[in-house]
Amino acid sequence: MKRLFKTYLEKPELAGLILLVLLVVLFQVRSHGVFLNQDNLRGILGILPEAGLVAIGVTILMISGEFDLSVGSVFALMPMTMAVLMVHGWPFPLALLAGLLVSAAIGFINGYITIRFAIPSFITTLGMLFMARSLTVVVSGGFPPLLPADLPTWLFTSFVGPGNMFRMSFLWFVAVAVLTSLMLSRTNFGNWIKATGGFLPAAAAMGIPTARVKIVCFMLCSVLSGFAGMLQVLRLGSPLPSIGEGMELQAVASAVIGGASLAGGIGTVMGGVVGTTLIRVIDNGLVLSHVDANWFKFAIGFLTIFAVVANAWMRKRAKAIKMEG
Amino acid sequence: MSDAIISVRDLHKWYSGVHALKGVTLDFKRGEALGLVGDNGAGKSTLINILSGVHRADQGEIKVEGRDVSIATPRDSMDLGIETIYQYNSMVPTMSIARNLFIGREPTRFSILGVGILDQKKMAEESVRAIANVDLHLRSPDALVGELSGGQRQGVAIARAMHFKSKVMILDEPTNHLSVKETNKVIGFVRGLKEQGVTGVFISHNMHHVFDCCDRIVAMARGEIVLDKRIGDTSIDEVHSVL
Ligand SMILES: Nc1ncnc2c1ncn2[C@@H]1O[C@H](COP(=O)(O)OP(=O)(O)OP(=O)(O)O)[C@@H](O)[C@H]1O
Ligand SMILES: [Mg+2]
Repeated sequence: MKRLFKTYLEKPELAGLILLVLLVVLFQVRSHGVFLNQDNLRGILGILPEAGLVAIGVTILMISGEFDLSVGSVFALMPMTMAVLMVHGWPFPLALLAGLLVSAAIGFINGYITIRFAIPSFITTLGMLFMARSLTVVVSGGFPPLLPADLPTWLFTSFVGPGNMFRMSFLWFVAVAVLTSLMLSRTNFGNWIKATGGFLPAAAAMGIPTARVKIVCFMLCSVLSGFAGMLQVLRLGSPLPSIGEGMELQAVASAVIGGASLAGGIGTVMGGVVGTTLIRVIDNGLVLSHVDANWFKFAIGFLTIFAVVANAWMRKRAKAIKMEG
Repeated sequence: MSDAIISVRDLHKWYSGVHALKGVTLDFKRGEALGLVGDNGAGKSTLINILSGVHRADQGEIKVEGRDVSIATPRDSMDLGIETIYQYNSMVPTMSIARNLFIGREPTRFSILGVGILDQKKMAEESVRAIANVDLHLRSPDALVGELSGGQRQGVAIARAMHFKSKVMILDEPTNHLSVKETNKVIGFVRGLKEQGVTGVFISHNMHHVFDCCDRIVAMARGEIVLDKRIGDTSIDEVHSVL
């Protein structure tokens, strides 16, 4: 039992990963081999980075012990900001920088207000969900601005690789996943994030600047969400003010399915990636297996509850172990 | 200069109306194990929290090894060689012993603005040595703190303080919720501090424990010091009578 608990803490994404493999096999069989064919995989891998980047941000933030419900709105606001600035003649790189700064500022506000007034981030970011969405619609002026024709899609959304298997966005996604994963496991800052979310009083007593750690995580989460939103807009070719709606909950679901604990301290970037992939695979696999697509949300909901129940059970076992020891 | 490692003069602390410390003056002598006792709400933790940088005094001065110091954060306190071990909150249960030993003071291979790559080899080697030093019989520093018993956790906290060469180790009710056997282990640690040349400050509600491992006893009541004697010059009854 101790070993199981330890495995869960060290590799909380393991259960999700096993489930992912099982589902891939199941869908491959049910769809008579269509699921893993090149076209279908291209489709899945093409949109995975957008939800995946958001999930990475939400997972890291959750490990630090906080939530962000505003990611879907930032997902829309960041590219809208860029589009409007470009309509006003800003070159792409400057507009990108401005968009990222706006995202970072929203993350900072989320974090600062949450910590300064000691309120649950659930509430702060719920408020921000509405405000950032509203801002998106307001700056768009009611209808989506036209994007210039000469966008650097080659850097973000063009297909690359053997058989044009991936979009560039996938490479960004992999790079961000690897870097953030290393940050969590190999740097002192990663240690501080885990300590802050794992047990705040101890982290603070050991001199970790817990407020700053959390604010940085809020900012990282917002910046990744904004960046992901830009990827989607470049892929679709138009900055719709409604993109990313409902994304916050899917991102939380991804993190939790990937083994992150709602209480903080436990989780991995890999888990967020696995969780997102599971959701995308279920979405796609249900369609291919000719199951009524409305079962999709049911499946995600079920998985989420199942993951949280499993997490809670592990925690209870962990407590029992402490008592025995 | 005296042989005091920490001396506090006329410390006052108010918590929105509550006068928790009313002019405390006290010398912590080098190499001595000092027992701090007093009823609930006497101000023991308040005094300790000021020394460990969790709270700031509203008035009064603190000298460490004869120098005036200002302790604004837990880090300041640790940098002055003061380590504090609390009842619950010195360890993160979801992290390994090795990670816990170095929280906030991780060795890095290189760093920019204080953020850098962990030197995991050094952490592994030093943590093996650190826990060996306090005789904890732990299998491996990779075990999670959540798997340890309360006494073992306090042991790891003490090992951490020793590893960072603390000069003063403050233990605020470290034996609460521990079994008799584990309590004895912690008391053993406190006794062992002197051999290592570390000044100990031990807070407990159990007089027997304090008399068991301390050289000097200081009793507080309602924010003031009401008794300050060497263990040999007083008795449990006398201490009880002033509280
Ligand atoms: N953070 C705080 N905010 C407000 N009041 C506080 C705070 N901490 C302590 N107090 C008050 O200050 C007084 C001294 O408390 P303190 O915790 O120092 O007592 P103590 O001697 O450590 O007691 P115990 O033995 O119960 O731990 C009490 O009246 C307490 O209510
Ligand atoms: Mg106390």
